[in-house]
Amino acid sequence: MVLDKWIAALFLVVSIAYGYTSFTYQLLPFERNMSFLPNTLPNALAIIAAVLSLIIILSPSQSVGDEESSGDNINVARLVKDYEIGQASYLIIAMIVYALALRPTGFLVSTTLFLMATGWILGERKLHIMTPIAIFSAILIWYLVQETLGLYLRPLPWFLM
Amino acid sequence: MLEGILLGLATAFTIKNLLMVIAGCLIGTLIGMLPGLGPMSIIAIMIPIAIKIGDPSAALILLAGVYYGAIFGGSTSSILINAPGVAGTVATSFDGYPMARKGQAGKALTIAAIASFSGGTIGAILLMGFAPALSSVALLFHSAEYFALMIVGLSAIAAFAGKGMVVKALLMTVMGLLMSTVGESALFNAPRFTMGISDLQSGFSFITLAMALFALPEALYLVLDPKRGKQSSTSNEIKNLRITKEEAIKIAPVIGRQSIQGFLIGVMPGAGATIASFLGYAVERNIAKGEEQDEFGKGSIKGLAAPEAANNAACTGSFVPLLTLGIPGSGTTAILLGALIALNVNPGPRLMIDNPDVFWAVIISMYIGNLVLIFLNLPMIPYIAKLLTIPRNYLIPFILFFTMIGAYIGQNNATELLILVGLGVFATLLRFANYPLAPLLIGFILGGMMEDNFARAVNLTDGIDFMYERPMTLVLLLIGLAMIAVPIYRRRWKKPSQD
Repeated sequence: MVLDKWIAALFLVVSIAYGYTSFTYQLLPFERNMSFLPNTLPNALAIIAAVLSLIIILSPSQSVGDEESSGDNINVARLVKDYEIGQASYLIIAMIVYALALRPTGFLVSTTLFLMATGWILGERKLHIMTPIAIFSAILIWYLVQETLGLYLRPLPWFLM
Repeated sequence: MLEGILLGLATAFTIKNLLMVIAGCLIGTLIGMLPGLGPMSIIAIMIPIAIKIGDPSAALILLAGVYYGAIFGGSTSSILINAPGVAGTVATSFDGYPMARKGQAGKALTIAAIASFSGGTIGAILLMGFAPALSSVALLFHSAEYFALMIVGLSAIAAFAGKGMVVKALLMTVMGLLMSTVGESALFNAPRFTMGISDLQSGFSFITLAMALFALPEALYLVLDPKRGKQSSTSNEIKNLRITKEEAIKIAPVIGRQSIQGFLIGVMPGAGATIASFLGYAVERNIAKGEEQDEFGKGSIKGLAAPEAANNAACTGSFVPLLTLGIPGSGTTAILLGALIALNVNPGPRLMIDNPDVFWAVIISMYIGNLVLIFLNLPMIPYIAKLLTIPRNYLIPFILFFTMIGAYIGQNNATELLILVGLGVFATLLRFANYPLAPLLIGFILGGMMEDNFARAVNLTDGIDFMYERPMTLVLLLIGLAMIAVPIYRRRWKKPSQD
């Protein structure tokens, strides 16, 4: 089964789970007399989503040529042999670590390290250039967001604040 | 009216007020480029400064400059890095980003600037001439018509239902509508479908979803396929602002039509720039012929000019209910209403009588704001466009950083970032499987408003009879359905002859 059918199968599972939650939705006592209920639209959406997913799963597969012509030159056939999956995976890990570290380590430290780490993953080895750029950008954005715009971003790690 | 215009000109054309509008445009453009900070947040941030100024005319002139600057700044991030920071600029990225990828970033930014300028200026002229009359028309629109209008807005998805993609585009739209039902709703009393996750109580955040569907997959794809990251165009081509005579002739009627249409949509409270931009895009795509229609979504100049003109005109249109009735038609005008009240000005039917200087100064400042914006931004475009020539090792970390910080600023919540990464990775997979992502975002943006208005109309009329009993609703629904069905049918019908 090709990727789009696997994804349609996933959407089918999501729509069944969503539909189950929607059809068993507990209405509040006064909501029962309303013409339009909180689960009216969700019920309809769950059914439509399930039907559309099934149509994709059951319809004949597109040929590779079709996929290439209708897409944005993105080709799943090249995924393993041509694409830089390693770099992309490391970047995703870096983003997750940044998301988890942003609050405890503070904006300045985590952003500087994130910019340097992602640059390194992409092959940048000129640390004497990357380091000052990362530090300067982190300070500039922090100053703009917090000091100028007044939106709070904890700058330093928890033990220094 | 002439007296009023002269009064407005006398108020706006002082050195202090001109400096205000220049400062406003610059601040708005620079901050608006940051994904996550749309006009609403920037104006909210600027209100304390505006109140400190004290003079209502000067303060409003500053805020109008910030407003227009922020809209243009938002378009810049949509075009350059596929990161629409506000819903009103999502449609801009449909063709703006493909143009930038083709090495025409300078041209795309120039078209956006010109279309924005024209939309804003035509909108200001219409505002000046028809504001009182249009305010009464706006009140004729009820929930039923708003619901029908959302269906017309949804018709923009037809642009993404290409060969072999119709069911996928419909499924993605339904998934977007489905996501819009998560969390609290204006009409219902308890949050829905939160799966017990407290961070989903207020639903998915627009900015997180926009970054996850547009900016993050693009950045990841640039990493996956380094050849794609290499600009085939030279630096000079990227910076080139020149629009040929043929291109100007092509986009002129689009800008004219969409400025008027966008303004009229903006006049209706609650509709605003988002609907105007989607609708503008859908209408222009549907009336384009042959090859021009196929270009939409792949870097069409018409596809870029239409939403840009429409969203700017709609922003101006949203001032009609504010200035004439005291009703804020959008989040941004609601904040402006707050600013006006803080400055001891009460918008409403008596504004023109009690504070004519403020009323006319706001309108004149819109002209000046647009003029200043285009004169400030056109020379800056080559430098802005040149950002794309930054080496990949430096550019991608910054795209990822701005994508993440855009989602973080609004929510101050790390869970939002994890949702962003998860959805971004899934969206990348969806692109590999040839699922169009734009319909999901369109469905998500319009879904909440559509359900609220539909529910209100059904509850008021105790059924769905309003769909055929109210002529305006029926006409809008038929237009919407035709705009979705006709292009799909036409493509299917054309298929055998092509093969």
